[in-house]
Formats: sequence, structure tokens, C-alpha cells
Amino acid sequence: MKKLLTIVLVLALCLACFAGCGGKKDDATADDGTVTIKIGGIGPLTGGAATYGFATEYGAQIAVDEINALNSGIKIEYDFQDDTGVAETSVAAYNELKDWDVDVIYGCTTTAPCVAVASETFADRYFQLTPSASSPDVTAGKNNVFQMCFTDPNQGATAANFVKDNSLATKVGVIYNNGDAYSTGIAQGFIAKAGELGIEVVAEQTFPADTTTDFNVQLTACKDAGAELVFMPIYYGPASLILQQADQMGYDPIFFGGDGMDGILSIEGFDTSLAEGLMLLTPFNATSTEERTANFVNTYKERYGEVPNQFAADGYDCIYAIYEACLKIEGLADMDHAQLCEALIAVFTSGDFKVDGLTGTGMTWQVNGEVSKEAMVVEIVDGVYVQK
Amino acid sequence: MKTLNAKQKTSLNGFINYGIIIVAYVIMQLLLAGDALSNKMQSLLVPVCCYIVMAISLNLTVGILGELSLGHAGFMSLGAFSGIITAAALANVMPNPILRLVIAIVVGAVIGAIGGAVIGIPVLRLRGDYLAIVTLAFGEIIKNIINVLYIGIDSEGLHIATKEANLELLEDGIAIVKGPMGAVGVTKLATFTVGAVLIIITLIVVQNLVNSRSGRAILAIRDNRIAAESVGISATKYKMMAFVTSAAIAGAAGALFGLNYSSTTAAKFDFNTSILILVFVVLGGLGNIRGSIIAAALLYILPEMLRSFNITEYRMLIYAVILIIVMLVGNNSQIKSLFGKIIPKKKGESVNG
Repeated sequence: MKKLLTIVLVLALCLACFAGCGGKKDDATADDGTVTIKIGGIGPLTGGAATYGFATEYGAQIAVDEINALNSGIKIEYDFQDDTGVAETSVAAYNELKDWDVDVIYGCTTTAPCVAVASETFADRYFQLTPSASSPDVTAGKNNVFQMCFTDPNQGATAANFVKDNSLATKVGVIYNNGDAYSTGIAQGFIAKAGELGIEVVAEQTFPADTTTDFNVQLTACKDAGAELVFMPIYYGPASLILQQADQMGYDPIFFGGDGMDGILSIEGFDTSLAEGLMLLTPFNATSTEERTANFVNTYKERYGEVPNQFAADGYDCIYAIYEACLKIEGLADMDHAQLCEALIAVFTSGDFKVDGLTGTGMTWQVNGEVSKEAMVVEIVDGVYVQK
Repeated sequence: MKTLNAKQKTSLNGFINYGIIIVAYVIMQLLLAGDALSNKMQSLLVPVCCYIVMAISLNLTVGILGELSLGHAGFMSLGAFSGIITAAALANVMPNPILRLVIAIVVGAVIGAIGGAVIGIPVLRLRGDYLAIVTLAFGEIIKNIINVLYIGIDSEGLHIATKEANLELLEDGIAIVKGPMGAVGVTKLATFTVGAVLIIITLIVVQNLVNSRSGRAILAIRDNRIAAESVGISATKYKMMAFVTSAAIAGAAGALFGLNYSSTTAAKFDFNTSILILVFVVLGGLGNIRGSIIAAALLYILPEMLRSFNITEYRMLIYAVILIIVMLVGNNSQIKSLFGKIIPKKKGESVNG
């Protein structure tokens, strides 16, 4: 009996300890008239997708520091939680932020966790803006969730339109990762739009998420089918291998990628001459000489030692979008997260709310949470992006 | 101190396990009622229940049957997706969420058991570590199959295709599982109470199986297959019994898990998840059910608790280091004897704690 008692006591102690961790409360209101907005970010800082998580974290951090240096009456407190790219961990991270008394959720970086968190924020009434979760499922049926990136089917359709408008090819092959929601989403959007526009998809080749080293089968199929253009809505890592292997087998179609291709020029040990002529859809061009972009790229390089990709730029724009929307809200100081959520939704969907950022000028949002901004196609010429 | 005979001791051990779960449940409910539980802890309650059930289930295979399974997440995946589909299919017919959840869990268990039987029938006839190899492959196969499946439902019934465009749903139809997107828009049905009840049911099933005549046969096969067969025990039959039960429980845990999140992807149930559960079992002690419960609960909560300290970058690293330390300390005879002095030695403790 003594043993049972010991176990019960130990258990009770453990639980008391867990419960104690929830008790922290911060005062979010002002001391000298400035309003503090707590923005909580979620993204993968460990695991396979960590590169994207860090990019979104750092990009947003730069924006937060810039805004806080402005002394404009709104201060941003920023916390970024790791979700390892997994839905269940993401929900735990979101609850951690809730315990921190978060006001606005920034994230998640990856799609599947974002869908899981979005339904939680919808129920709890937190405003959520994701930099990079691009599936329509993220925003479907939730009026509080907005995207900074294009949705996958939109991106596919934009690419198909571009191919048609510029008469790049009549026969195209598609290679995509059918274990990845992002890749599959864009590919299916592209194939559907290509069918409408009369572009013939002669080869539709897939590879699973675990086998991303050998693409000879897929390339041979595209080559044999006579594809003049190969559309590959995949991340730059496997894409670089495709370019190498196509070069080895002497196959030289036009390669066309989505925004996941951004970053291909900075892969270590990759012969960038292979990427010559590669076209990609990207909202962000790190080599741009435009002042704001150049400043952002320099700050990012100084602080984190690498060239920012579009994830970082989307993150930077997200924080500015939230900040600029907050500027338009009256009585910000007295709002709790649910009131702030409704107010932000009203601003974002008002139609005259436009944000100029690194990934587009005059960005607006539709009621369904999708962003409206210009899609930009760039071609790699002499190792730099050239806008088409 | 009064002495207990072996039988009383086993049943006392079992009752302590029920007691732990019930006491933990009551404390959690009290904390919930008193609003003393942080949001984070609240969100962890159901997954902890799922992982405890998974750990007990895997312990039945690894610790009690003595066969290594490296694809237990595969059964969880089967249960999760069949449970999600069942719950979605019954949404219009059955308004009561608890009833739908229970039916989904039962379906998850049945599908898990079928998966277990399909693997078990050929593999458990063999001697050697073939189960480990086959379950490893099974987990990957399930993951890749679900990754290309599109499943939708409309008034005509279920539609299954390998491309979204081929689903051909009617106007009123919804897609439940969308290939690599996984199941999205799942109505959350899982509750902590159902989770706790599921643990209790799992304990009843496993502990009674282990303490029954069949259970003694299973233990005999684990300890010495040749000796067991020589006294007329059918090794395949009892191995199947334990393995299929284990797979069914994993399916039930999967269904509960799947219905706790609005989106679930097949990629979640990969090799890493299988190994994570195996870690719970090994650190809790092979064959020690109470150990599995405690290890699963503590080790699942640990990385989340580490968030409270400002060590974002090192969180998962520290988690790994703690795992290694626990493993080393658990096997160190000096430290063990130190603990042995503090806690009075348990005489004749059987393996089925």
C-alpha cells in the first residue's frame, strides 16, 4: 500500500509541476501609450524542412526589429516555436504560444501543420497569416486565415498560362513529387490548366518523397515522349539532380519550376551553368537592385550569413502586413485576441488595404484568404535572375 | 510485511496499472475543472493517451511475444485513416460524436487487426527476425499507398482513386483523403475521457491475455520455442494471437489519434514514429507494461516541456541526450543497486508488471 501511495504522490507532484508551467501571464498593454502586439510564429526549426522554418523565422525577425526601431506606437513582441514540420507538434507549439498570450499567429511554414493549426485558430479566434503554406485547404472554410504566398493550383495555372502566352512549347512533360502536397498541388493545377489551353501534357512522371536521387526513368520518359518543356514544381534540391542527369543524358528541353526552385543557384557544389535557361515562378528576386530588397538582403546576409530565399521575404512581408493592418485599427490597446482577429479580418478584406512588400507591390487579399499579387517569371541568364 | 503468492502479486500489479490511469485521469479532470492546466498540457492529453496505448500494444509484440516490430506506426496509420473515413462517412447518419468516435475506433481496430493478420500469417511461421524486416517494409508500403490514394464520399458512397480528378464526386461529395495532403478538414472528435477509457480497455485486454493460459503459452514461446513446441504448444497460433491483438490495439490508438487533429498525413506514420514508440517500450522496460505507460507519457511530454526554457535550437538535441542518459543509467548496475537500497527489493517480480 505504501508503494501505491508513493506512486500517487509522485504522480500528483509531476502534474502539479506541469500545471504550474501554464501560469505565466504577461501584461500586453502599454506603459507610455505604445501598444504591444504579440506575434507568435510556428515553423520547423528541426527536421528535414528546417531550412524553410529558419528562413521564415529570420525574415520575420528582421521586419520585427525594423518596426520596433520606428517607435510608431506599436511594438511587436515576437516568439517563434519549432513544430518539426509535423501537424501534432504544430498544434502543441500553437498552444505554447497561446499560453504566452499571443495576439496574432504568424505561420505555419509548411502546409500540413498549417491546416491543423488553422482549424484551431479558427475555433479560438486568432488571426493567422501564413508566409508559405500554399494549399487551398489552409484557408478553406476559415475566415481568419490568410496567405502571403500563391496557392498551389494558382501557381500551376499561372505557369501554364505563361507557357501558352509565350508559346514556349506545345508538348510538355511534368515531373513532380507525389509524396508532397505542394508539388502535387502545383502539378495538378498545371495539368488541368494546360488541358484547357490546349497544351499537350505528353509525360506525367512522379517520384515518391523518399527516393529523390535518381531521375533517369522520369527524364527518359519525357525525352521519349518528345517533351519540349519539362515542368517540375519541386524543391531545388532534387531539381538540381534532374538538371545534372538531363545534362548527362544529353536531353536539353526548357526546364520550368515553381517557387520552390528559388535557391538553386546557392547550392554548394552545383554547377550553375546547368541552370542556365531555367525558368521559375518566384515572387522574390534576391539579386534585385531595388532599395528595400537590397537592404533586406544585406541585413539578412550580415546577420545569418546566407542569401535570403522567398520564404524569408514572404515572412518579412507578413510582419509588415500585420503591422500596417494594425495601424488602421482604432482602439487597438483595449482589444483581446478575438476582437483583434475580427478587426484584422475586416482590414484585410476591406479591398482598399494594400501592402507593398518584397514579394509584390499593392498586395491585396480576397475574402477566402488568398493573396492577389503579380506573379513573376524569371529566367536564369549568366547565373542571375532575369525577369521575363 | 505480509507475503503474497505469485497469483495475487500479478493481479495486484495489474490493479496498480488501472489505479495509475484512473488517478491520473481524475487529477487531470480536477485540474481542468479548476482551470489550472495550461493550453499546451490540455492539447497533449489526447496524444499522450494514444502513445500510451501504442506503447502497450508494441510491448505486447516486442516484450511479451519477443518478436521485433519496426513498423508499428503502419498499423496506427491504417487505424487513423480508416477511423477518419468511418467518422466522415457516418457524419450525416449519426449525430452523436461520442458514438461516432467509438465506432471509428472499433473500425480502426478491425482494420489494424486485418493488417496484422495479413502480415502475421506468412511471417510468424518463420523463425528468426523476419517480422522486423517485414513490418519495416509494411510501414513504408502503407505510407506510400496512402500517399497516392484519393478517397471521397458522396450520396452514392465511397469513391477511391489514385488521382484527384478521377474521384468523380457528385455535388454533395467531399474528398476525405487527398493523397500527399492526407486527410484534411477532419472533424475533431477525440476526447480525453475516451482516450483514458481506451487505455483502460487496452490494459484489460493485454493484462488478461498475458495472465491467461494463452499468455503463458506466449511467454513460453518467447523464452524457448523448441521447449514450448515439444509440450504441444502451437507457436504460430499463439504468436498470431499476440501479434493480431497488438495490431488491433495500434489501429484503435491510430483512430483516436487521427480524429484528434483536423489534418493527418500518411508521412506522419513513418519509420521515425515506429522507432519513437519502440523507444518508449525499451526505456520503459521490455515486458513491463507499467514502464511503457510511464515512459510513453513522460517521453512524449518531455520535448514539449523543454519549450518552456529558452533553448529553441537545442530542444531536440537535449531530448536526444536525455534519452541516451536514461538508457545508460537504466542499464548501470551501480545506479540500480543504489535505487535498490532506497526502494525495498521486490522479490520474485514477474515480467508482466
